[in-house]
Amino acid sequence: MRAIGPAAEIPPGEGRTYTVDGEMVAVFRLRDGSVRALQAVCPHKGGPLADGQIDLKQVVCPLHLNAWDLRTGCSLSGQPDLAVYPVRIDDDTILLGD
Amino acid sequence: MRPRLVVIGNGMAGARTVEEILARGGDFDITMFGDEPYGNYNRIMLSNVLAGVEDESGIFLNDLSWYADNGITLHTGTRIDRIDRFAKVVYAADGTETPYDKLIIATGSRAFVPPIPGIHRPGRGYHQGVFAFRTLDDTRAMIRYAREHQRAVVIGGGLLGLEAARGLQNHLPHVTLIHAAGHLMNAQLNADAGETLRATIEARLGIEVIVNGRTTEILGKNAVSGVKLADGRVIPCDVVVVAAGIRANAEMAAASGLVVERGIVVDDRMRAQDEDDIYAVGECAQHRGETYGLVAPLWDQAKVLADHLTGVNPLAEYHGSRVATKLKVAGVDVAAMGLTEPERDDDESLTFAEPKKGIYKNLIIRDGRLVGATMVGDVKKVAFLMQAFDRGLALPEERAELMFDLGGPAGEVKVEELADDEQVCNCNGVSKGAICSTVQSGCRTVSGVMDKTRAGKGCGTCKPLVQRIVEWAAGGEVEEDPAASYYVPGIPMPKPELMNAIRVHSLRSVSSVFATLGGEEDAKSKMGLASLLKMMWGADYVDERDARFINDRVHANIQRDGTFSVVPQMKGGVTTPAQLRRIAEVAEKHEVPMVKLTGGQRIDLLGIPKEKLPEVWADLDMPSGYAYGKSFRTVKTCVGSDFCRFGVGDSTALGIALEERYQGIEGPGKMKLAVTGCPRNCAEAYVKDLGVVAIDGGKWEIYVGGAAGAHIRKGDLLTTVGSADEVMVLTGRFLQYYRENANWLERTYAFVPRIGIERIREIVVDDADGLAAALDTAMDASVAAYRDPWKDRDEPATPGQFRTSLPLTVLPQVPVRA
Repeated sequence: MRAIGPAAEIPPGEGRTYTVDGEMVAVFRLRDGSVRALQAVCPHKGGPLADGQIDLKQVVCPLHLNAWDLRTGCSLSGQPDLAVYPVRIDDDTILLGD
Repeated sequence: MRPRLVVIGNGMAGARTVEEILARGGDFDITMFGDEPYGNYNRIMLSNVLAGVEDESGIFLNDLSWYADNGITLHTGTRIDRIDRFAKVVYAADGTETPYDKLIIATGSRAFVPPIPGIHRPGRGYHQGVFAFRTLDDTRAMIRYAREHQRAVVIGGGLLGLEAARGLQNHLPHVTLIHAAGHLMNAQLNADAGETLRATIEARLGIEVIVNGRTTEILGKNAVSGVKLADGRVIPCDVVVVAAGIRANAEMAAASGLVVERGIVVDDRMRAQDEDDIYAVGECAQHRGETYGLVAPLWDQAKVLADHLTGVNPLAEYHGSRVATKLKVAGVDVAAMGLTEPERDDDESLTFAEPKKGIYKNLIIRDGRLVGATMVGDVKKVAFLMQAFDRGLALPEERAELMFDLGGPAGEVKVEELADDEQVCNCNGVSKGAICSTVQSGCRTVSGVMDKTRAGKGCGTCKPLVQRIVEWAAGGEVEEDPAASYYVPGIPMPKPELMNAIRVHSLRSVSSVFATLGGEEDAKSKMGLASLLKMMWGADYVDERDARFINDRVHANIQRDGTFSVVPQMKGGVTTPAQLRRIAEVAEKHEVPMVKLTGGQRIDLLGIPKEKLPEVWADLDMPSGYAYGKSFRTVKTCVGSDFCRFGVGDSTALGIALEERYQGIEGPGKMKLAVTGCPRNCAEAYVKDLGVVAIDGGKWEIYVGGAAGAHIRKGDLLTTVGSADEVMVLTGRFLQYYRENANWLERTYAFVPRIGIERIREIVVDDADGLAAALDTAMDASVAAYRDPWKDRDEPATPGQFRTSLPLTVLPQVPVRA
């Protein structure tokens, strides 16, 4: 588990991309205050998922509007699934990994 | 011992039913009796044999080996005289008797030959030269005889009579068609359609047609020499073909004690009334009062009978067929189904007629469903109409689309003829097979399938086709998607209701709309709600950045590699050397990979990384051109009267003024405008959301609802005004009416026809509803609230607003042009 940045870096309902050990991870801060972390690159055509719109359940890629379940990484529109990473906020810091 | 199945009749119905039984693994000892001395042939194709387009051998469906291969005992040329229902035995004319456990009667029908004096000759059957048109033998004899003669008369102007007349033309030079009713094909067509058909038959095929012609006598001593009509006319001829309809072959059944009206009466399982083991199928059967003379109902009946008899589906029921008729005569296209005339006061009846071209089209719609259609001379739309008729599909709002292809490539494709791997959605690469398998996996709403497959989610042109494929794949079990009428999928309300609720509850942010009206937030609804709230509240809107699409968060259009395009404002497409120099310097300084002229007469800097956007804007120091939002985009103009020798109005000045005033106004969809200085239309104003055309005399025409993208439509003329000031006001008022009333992502090309140009004119131009002042005030407020978003460059709106989301490695690399 490692700290990747302050929680305040991510506005509510948005996502930001972090580089962790050479891996690109998109971290989203949901409007209920919780966080989710998934692979940052859309498996369809390489779109930046952190630029996508989210709700409490899904993220929608900005390029072709494919959608994935934020919790499981499962595709909701017939694309390959996304890798998901454990993530949480502790003391206003985003902690990634187990 | 296997149960014994006896089939009386070896025509299309009998053989098809046996095929269906075999296909279900039915284990019977089958015996078939055929009156004709052949295997089974396609009677419908006899017209083609007569017309010479099909060879006799091509019409056989099952040759004799098929019967042997399937262990069927076939007795050809053997007529059954009587059924003993109690002893369960059938008696043939040759004296043999055959016991059965189950019996199918498929005796079909025969030509109806009216009792016209002279048609028969005692002791010889038909008079020499007189033929019925029913069997292969009839057809052979007719061809043989016709070849050696000159003039034929066909009695009967129905489907069969027309086909016979056309076919006879291949064998002799003169054909006259005599029809007793007032117009041709009177069972399927109304009088106007019949008259159009008559004119076409005469002009195009050279067949003389006599309607209201009752034949009273066949003339000729040894052979036919003419026919006499009730009005005294004599039509000389040496061949007479009778095609005056058919009658069910049900006498033997009646004589054997079965219930017979016009045919053998059967129930929904095709069982003869009051009989446990006797069935009837095809043209000899009467189901729910109907007898059918076409082949399609027969296929349906055969399936039900086989389901029931083999026990594969004991609950199978036949509920009647909605039959459509097509005339098979080369050069004369006729298709008809259902009603020929409206029956109720509120039935919609649509008619289009162009007699010179032999075209007549009529549709009858009841409660939004197609209940009748007639197409003469142009049957391009018939595949869709037959589906709509058969399955009761919802019809397009624009009724004319039922009759014509109004642009858009989706119209003519027949769903059932598309291959599974055929690409339906050309934007997202979705095949018909993918759509069908999604339906089969249980998703039965059009929007659900679109969500799952992304079909129709690109430019949207294929949506109607996707809808038809879903309907076809679901076999009429498409579920209505209630969300189709919602403004956005996440809030269960149409736009007017939603706007009212937003006002009542004073909801000024997207999250408050979800919290109050929707329950749970929905990513796919946020952008539409943000646009609506901004329009409604202007400066009082509470902006939540996550409600914005990325383009609106960073005021630039995201590209396939995650970089952005920057399009500075260039009002009316007019620029200056200084402006060009600055753009050139910025492009060089930032090593912009591509500089491109846009269709809206601006300059596009492509390939700008997100984190460099504020710097690029600062160096440009020009306002945003809004080439990214669902908003007012640009006003394209022509040179106009300053320089152009044709220009009759100052289009550039008006275009610049329009852009100046309405820049950046957000709406349910993009708003692209143009002003052109004369009707030559160099600025393409006829195909813009709002286009202004200068006409001589200092006047301006305003067109709305045009498009020239995936959908192409010429705008409707809203009005003609005498001054540029009036154009300014009416533009604002129309755009505001569109903003308040269009559905999310509904462009003006759909919105204007939905509301109707007359209605829009009443509201926007004539102010018939007294809304004009409010529309103008609302638009004024939006204009006043405008602020160039590229000024927000010094202070990010949110932390990391311009931070890159770009992955480091795997992105597709966009090639850089030298």
